[in-house]
Amino acid sequence: MSIALIAVAVLVVLLVLVSLRRRSRRQKVIAPQQARKAMPDILVKEVAPRPSIEHGAELDLSQRLGSSRSIFERVRSIASTGSLSTEQIDTVEEVLLRSDVGVKVTNEILQDLKTNGAPNGVASTVRAALLSSLGGDRSVTTSADAGRVPVWLFVGVNGVGKTTTIGKLSQRFVSDGKKVVLAAGDTFRAAASEQLQMWAERTGADIVRAGEGADPSSVVHDAIGRASARKSDIVLADTAGRRANSSNLLDELSKVRRVADRDPGQVVETFMVLDATTGQNALTQAREFLGAASVTGIVLTKLDGTARGGIVVAIERELGIPVKFVGVGEGVQDLIVFEPVAFVDSLLDA
Amino acid sequence: MFDALSDRLERLGSSLRSKGRLTDADLDEALLEVRSALLEADVELGVVKAFLDAVRERLSGTALSQSLSPGQQVIKAVHEQLIEVLGGAPLKVTYASKPPTVILLAGLQGAGKTTTAAKLASWFKQQGRNPYLIAADLQRPAAVEQLRVLGAQIGVDVFSDTSNPVKVAKRGLAEATRIGRDVVIIDTAGRLAIDKELMKEVRSISDATSPHYTFLVIDAVTGQDAVLTARSFHETLALSGIIVTKLDYDARGGAVLSARGVVGKPVVFASTGEKIADFDLFHPDRMASRILGMGDMLSLIEQAERTMDQDVLAESSGRMLSGAFTLDDFMAQLNQVRKMGSMGGLMKLMPGMTKEMRQAADNVDDGQLNRVEAIIKSMTPKERRDPNILDSSRRTRIAKGSGTSVNAVNQLIKQFGDMKKMMRQMSGGGMPNLPGGMGKMAQMAAKASAARGGDLPPGFEALGAGMQSGAQASRPGGGGKNKKKKGGRVTPPKQR
Ligand SMILES: Nc1nc2c(ncn2[C@@H]2O[C@H](COP(=O)(O)OP(=O)(O)OP(=O)(O)O)[C@@H](O)[C@H]2O)c(=O)[nH]1
Ligand SMILES: [Mg+2]
Repeated sequence: MSIALIAVAVLVVLLVLVSLRRRSRRQKVIAPQQARKAMPDILVKEVAPRPSIEHGAELDLSQRLGSSRSIFERVRSIASTGSLSTEQIDTVEEVLLRSDVGVKVTNEILQDLKTNGAPNGVASTVRAALLSSLGGDRSVTTSADAGRVPVWLFVGVNGVGKTTTIGKLSQRFVSDGKKVVLAAGDTFRAAASEQLQMWAERTGADIVRAGEGADPSSVVHDAIGRASARKSDIVLADTAGRRANSSNLLDELSKVRRVADRDPGQVVETFMVLDATTGQNALTQAREFLGAASVTGIVLTKLDGTARGGIVVAIERELGIPVKFVGVGEGVQDLIVFEPVAFVDSLLDA
Repeated sequence: MFDALSDRLERLGSSLRSKGRLTDADLDEALLEVRSALLEADVELGVVKAFLDAVRERLSGTALSQSLSPGQQVIKAVHEQLIEVLGGAPLKVTYASKPPTVILLAGLQGAGKTTTAAKLASWFKQQGRNPYLIAADLQRPAAVEQLRVLGAQIGVDVFSDTSNPVKVAKRGLAEATRIGRDVVIIDTAGRLAIDKELMKEVRSISDATSPHYTFLVIDAVTGQDAVLTARSFHETLALSGIIVTKLDYDARGGAVLSARGVVGKPVVFASTGEKIADFDLFHPDRMASRILGMGDMLSLIEQAERTMDQDVLAESSGRMLSGAFTLDDFMAQLNQVRKMGSMGGLMKLMPGMTKEMRQAADNVDDGQLNRVEAIIKSMTPKERRDPNILDSSRRTRIAKGSGTSVNAVNQLIKQFGDMKKMMRQMSGGGMPNLPGGMGKMAQMAAKASAARGGDLPPGFEALGAGMQSGAQASRPGGGGKNKKKKGGRVTPPKQR
């Protein structure tokens, strides 16, 4: 503690000295130009959304991911009861690392292989090890206590797919005959409300929005009020993308959650939306958002790309947050329920 | 928890028995540490392998320097290799002789292209240019509107219509030429590298506009996929460089190394925050230090400037320098530091932190800082101004009032005394006797400060002297002043 306090002090001194000096030399912020004559008249209407690839929302994860992928041929080809060769170990290591499960999980699994061998074949041993990390409860709660409005809150870093996921879920609920209210809680990013508005129109949901810079908590509060008054079935609340290493931004999020959880609202799910391309930083994201907003599940997006999203294994292992939904495209139907078996197979399919 | 690579190697250094030359066995051991650090930083496996080979090349057979331990020798080689990979063959952005200079941005969904387009436009504006933005992302809802809002904020016109992305790009370019804009930035929709149709589309945009520069926009926290993505975009578009975004998320950002390593094109710009101003030319040396975990004082300073309240700081630091620093000031500063983020995270950016210090910092949880605050709050204003009057009865009262112990109060007072002493030394021009590696940190700060040019505060002058070599070029383009530069050359900082 004492060293740390001194470190704080040194830090302060240094920063103060440097920033004081720079202060006088700070550049002026560019003032927005007022009269723009040359401005072409831009229409802000969007073209029709790209239709999602032939679906059925019934299509499951293995069908979406597995069709073209042979299931981890490389690992399956190794079956060993005795001790594994360096080459075999290396292959397993490469497959695991390339799927982004991370150094720690990889080493644990390798260690296990080295000490216990793989009596049922390397493939099934690794598969079982990964699956055992994905044993959490993946059910979702759609109802609240009597008289209260269930709220699903969406949090995450910038650009991971929060708003799009809300659009997709809105579609699901509306198709099920539910009345949905969207809360445009991202009052920070330019045109974020417009984006959600389009999803509301597309899916036939109600929306509550406010101007840029408005208090996100009060937008969510208003949405809950609206839902309560109109007897809607659920509120899906968007929030601004934020980095996970800023206490200010996390505080703001905690506040949004607190307000949303106040009668008549009740937060029944808080989803952290995670982009499958994310590497080890995802663990930090999960840890911080769990602390700030009591995350109950993960939505893993962009699994239609080449990224595997293996870091969710480390997240569930370490923090116990289960993945509940998976995003597999930009279309309104491109959201499916997470299935551990299909997911693990796709991870190992190198 | 992640140990800084430099720490690991230093520690390893003591067990390395090489004399005169690094033995193969020692080198293997050291490179194994480097390997796992790079993997933990998300550097792609293939890139890691190539990197290790290059480091081995650098080290094997060479005579060990007298002044460096074997561990330090490895650190040096890794650092140099990082800088070579990250900073080799920097891109020179020259302006087209027949304007406008056309810049195309491409990348995955959510990488940050739209924000980057606006930041880039603003950056060119600061260079004295007259940029124009084309919103060719007709895919994501409200993407055009987003760019329009940002354009209005920075005073740059935005072109779009609802035809199709290729036409929009073409028409926008024609419009820019007609109204005499000299830089055109085209924002495109996010797309997956394996989406053939969309990759063809972006190729068509490129064919229709013949951009002078095509940049891949990539998220700093991307995992192993960075390589596949970068390679596909490079194959489709023949990239001229990379723009890395969200570098404020993570100190390491190995994706930068992966992408750079696989496409062989330089990282030109880096984005470090949500605000338009959080954007500048990429500094390979800073990134190298970050990946190594050697700390990054410049980034720390910048982070401080973004989050801390300048007025509060100015006031308390004025008193700090004059020696009239009080517990009130300390508390104000503590609160400012806390705004910057977790102590553990901050400590990682600090150069010269020893393992013990980093651990200590990690252990400073909010509870402890709250206790410090509670103790200070339980004092009377007079006591806060002059802790010397604190006798044992006062201390007992404070301990009770803050729900802590007399011991905790004593400790705080003593530390505060130490702190004041240290500050006096610093403002008096000398370097205080800092514990552990903190002296090194202060030196880095001085160096960082020197790198920005301009005068140093007292106490830093002496320190800065003799350490400024090669550190000046951190702001090319005349510090972004609003002056049109003749010849208009923008050259990223030279590397040592
Ligand atoms: N391919 C693919 N793209 C997706 C998926 N989910 C979202 N996207 C795209 O990712 C981009 C970002 O999505 P948004 O929904 O705007 O993300 P966000 O988290 O709301 O972003 P901010 O509000 O800016 O922080 C958009 O281009 C989406 O179309 C997915 O599952 N697959
Ligand atoms: Mg959004």
